Amino acid sequence: MFSWDLLANAVVSGLLLGGFYAAVSLGISLIFGLLEIANIAQPAFVVLGAYAAYVLNNAYEVDPILTGLAFTPVFYVLGAVVYRVYYESFERRGDEALRGLVFFFGLLFILEVSLSLKFGVDYRLVQTAYTKTSIEFGGVGIAFRYLVPCVIGVAMTLALYLFLSRTFYGRAIRAVSQDQQALRLMGVNPIQIKTIAFGVGIAAASLAGALLICIAPVIPSTDRDYIGRMFAITVLGGMGSIGGTLVAGIILGVAESFMATFFGPSWSLAVSFGILLIALAVRPAGLFGR
Amino acid sequence: MSQPWIRPLRSWAMIGALTGMFVVGSAGTFVAQAADPIKIGLGMALTGGLSANGKPALLAMQIWKDDVNKKGGLLGRPVELVFYDDQTNPATVPGIYAKLLDVDKVDLVVSGYGTNLIAPLMPIAMERKLTVIGIFGLGNNEKYRYPNYFQISPTGPDPATSTATGFFELAAKQTPKPQTVALVGADAEYPQTALGGARELIRRLGFKTVYDRTYPPSTVDYTPIVRAIKATNPDIVFVASYPPDSVGMLRAAHEVGLQPKIMGGGMVGLQFTTVMASMGPMLNGIVNYDYWVPEPTMMFPGIQDFYKQYQPRAAKEGVDTLGYYLPPYAYAAMQVLGQAVEATKSLDQQKIADYIRNTEFSTIVGKIRFGKNGEWAKGRTLMVQYQKVQGSDIEQFRGPGKKPVLYPEELKSGNIIYPYSAALK
Amino acid sequence: MARTVPALIVGLLVVAAGIGLVTLRVNPYLYFAGYVILQYVVIATAWNILGGYAGYVNFGTPAFFAMGAYTSVFLIQSTRAPLPVLILAGGLVSALLGLGIGYLTLRLRGVFFSIATLALSIVLQTMIMNWEYVGGSRGLSVIRPSGPPFGNYVMFLFTVMVTLAVIAVVTARFIERSWVGRGLAALRDNEEAAECMGVPTLRLKLFATTISGFLLGVAGAPFPYYVTFVEPNSAFNLDYAVNALAMPMIGGTTSWVGPVIGAVLLGSAQQLATVTISSEMNLFIVGIVLVAFVVLAPEGLLGLVRRLRGR
Repeated sequence: MFSWDLLANAVVSGLLLGGFYAAVSLGISLIFGLLEIANIAQPAFVVLGAYAAYVLNNAYEVDPILTGLAFTPVFYVLGAVVYRVYYESFERRGDEALRGLVFFFGLLFILEVSLSLKFGVDYRLVQTAYTKTSIEFGGVGIAFRYLVPCVIGVAMTLALYLFLSRTFYGRAIRAVSQDQQALRLMGVNPIQIKTIAFGVGIAAASLAGALLICIAPVIPSTDRDYIGRMFAITVLGGMGSIGGTLVAGIILGVAESFMATFFGPSWSLAVSFGILLIALAVRPAGLFGR
Repeated sequence: MSQPWIRPLRSWAMIGALTGMFVVGSAGTFVAQAADPIKIGLGMALTGGLSANGKPALLAMQIWKDDVNKKGGLLGRPVELVFYDDQTNPATVPGIYAKLLDVDKVDLVVSGYGTNLIAPLMPIAMERKLTVIGIFGLGNNEKYRYPNYFQISPTGPDPATSTATGFFELAAKQTPKPQTVALVGADAEYPQTALGGARELIRRLGFKTVYDRTYPPSTVDYTPIVRAIKATNPDIVFVASYPPDSVGMLRAAHEVGLQPKIMGGGMVGLQFTTVMASMGPMLNGIVNYDYWVPEPTMMFPGIQDFYKQYQPRAAKEGVDTLGYYLPPYAYAAMQVLGQAVEATKSLDQQKIADYIRNTEFSTIVGKIRFGKNGEWAKGRTLMVQYQKVQGSDIEQFRGPGKKPVLYPEELKSGNIIYPYSAALK
Repeated sequence: MARTVPALIVGLLVVAAGIGLVTLRVNPYLYFAGYVILQYVVIATAWNILGGYAGYVNFGTPAFFAMGAYTSVFLIQSTRAPLPVLILAGGLVSALLGLGIGYLTLRLRGVFFSIATLALSIVLQTMIMNWEYVGGSRGLSVIRPSGPPFGNYVMFLFTVMVTLAVIAVVTARFIERSWVGRGLAALRDNEEAAECMGVPTLRLKLFATTISGFLLGVAGAPFPYYVTFVEPNSAFNLDYAVNALAMPMIGGTTSWVGPVIGAVLLGSAQQLATVTISSEMNLFIVGIVLVAFVVLAPEGLLGLVRRLRGR
């Protein structure tokens, strides 16, 4: 059942999906990849962002991407607060490995259940100008529903990359992940830097959530589908590499797309994680890791 | 860091809070009940994957309870519903029903919603010789053949083929007769059963299968799947899916431009109010299963009164506002139970079971008679087609016209628009 | 070794008490609830051997538990083997799984092991969903064998679980007090230093994952007979992952007592919540309690008690 048409479409679908996956994983790439804080609650924040986009879209017909952008400062503050609590309770005492993880797990649950209580378990969708249209390019169809999130995902990756390499705070974040002491000696408070980094990571979730609800309907437990994907992408891409996250996201997207098109979709999810397990066994630093 | 006296204080506070929670919780378990009501117990999916249907079902049952109590209750006693959340997790069911039977001492039980939640109840029912009415389970009694189990779901004596029968028979009736079929569905309980039924119908009616694949339920992108289907150029596309994939598949179908002669079948979720509102005209042409639609042929006695009560309460409780799917059947289940109690003038499990087995009931979803294994003697899964849907207003679905019934013959209220592409104009 | 004998005697007494409880025919509901709580005692204790003693956080508890359950299902379908065989087989399969995942993630730091276990859960779940013989995604109904030695079958399962819980706790206690336990504690505190001191970290890690896996599989093996309907979503339920984490955290991770306390308290609270509050509030409260404990009482209840004693 092979045809070049099908192949081309599978590749393009995979690329588009990959861009979206990368967008969703950016927050974790920053928080886990650079700060090495295993924030398992990240997908719940993304779903929270999706619901924020839904509420405004439903009530005032605001485009979800705009909502995602508008809520970025709110999520940033939220992230900063969460990090402070985390720091005071765990990092300071050196307890973060075990208890920090549990803290985030609990946070994930609380967020998910709060959304359930508030919004119920009906699937929520958004209406936008582009969720229903698509274009054709010589046999390859591209749905705007996927194109827009992918483009934004790439833009987000680029923005984050530039932030980390060109701005003072960005470089400070890079530094804090390598050597906190040295940073202190240079007069920069590493705690403040980490707060900023965490805040940015959670802020990314706001926009990612908006993209999520453009692509597919969302319910509070959607977060569980993404826990594994996010970490898989971050680790596969290499801890601390933002560009690696994009590449890994695309790899995962294309792998899932290929499986779905040619071998039947039942195994696509497992194959993706199979790739991760093998990568961990063979090259744990990931593709572009330190 | 903190004052020396704060540390033990915090510890005591934690211990105190925990003990308090414990005491209050335990006390709550054993509080005595008032009056002398008839207690009907059940577990229901109020959280988790099936709660979107479980909550409306429970609401319908509560409306029944209120209706019955307004008329003086059952056997002159008020009726009380004792329910717990099974969290869509079969592992909670044994514990819940043990509590209902041994601690709350309920008189009668009803099942939860869905095959997976009814299954763990069967051994308990058989061991304690209970009469159980199952709500929308698919083939729960096939392995056990327990005589005191009755199913409320219009799937009829052969649940596996119930969805496929209407769909494929409609297809077979068209001229020229379509030849090729693409089957696709989710890796999950109901879709697998429905696909099995589809394969049986394909064999029976002489169609040819050109695509037969499943996908994991957490798939995000359905476009590759739909493209692969389109590449096989099928006349018929039968989809067995759960709500998120139904939406995903339909959207992908529109984007890819998949236009077989007839499409749909077993897509769960397209009946939900929120989905109908947001998909709007994308639904046009889809021939899908359904259980109740507001067409003139479906107006059984009492159904309109039911909806007059249900819809305002549903809006307030944040559950499916139109409720044109499961709720009337949950109400009907209680009607069957209540009528059996009144007729036998007892709460004896065996007498009730014998009565139910041998009686034709008149309920708000029509006449019900039970047959082999407790299924309905005659299946009545509807096939409807979405026609002329415009925009996203749910009001258009409140009355007849947008979802005429095409099958079965005796409930038919409209004609099919065939092929599928004709309905999209 | 001398200290083990009294522990074993205590263990036997507990089992006897369990059997006694059953013959008393207390309200049957308590056996259902009790089964689940005891199951969690085993799960929490098993998790703690790897998580609390060795410091490797396993997020994939559902995978090990479900493999125990599905091994049972497979054997029930094919050979109708008796319960002890099921338990042993379930334990062995999960032990092998533990060994495998330990071997695979040897060289990685703690956090990568955790992610690998998460991925493991998903891969296994997908595999089971595609395996029709054990029910696939549709699930499988399991018929309980007839004629348990006493009481009805659930009471029998209750005593079985009491026995398993005792075995798990005795094992954990034995490990904790032996040189294995000391080695694990050393590698938990600083793996590099431990290696430099000659602690065979590799072998200890493998040992811990294998034993932990074995006990988790053992906890899952009787599950099909308890619930009589096994399907992948509930067998691989995320709740097992969260509870396996929360119970030792709440009780205290450094000793065998902690998981027991945590399992009894949190397990009972959840059982109560299922039949009282009965809504999403149940999950909400678990989340809040978990976070509260982790933030305010990081050493769990054991830690609280120690602080109160003014240590």
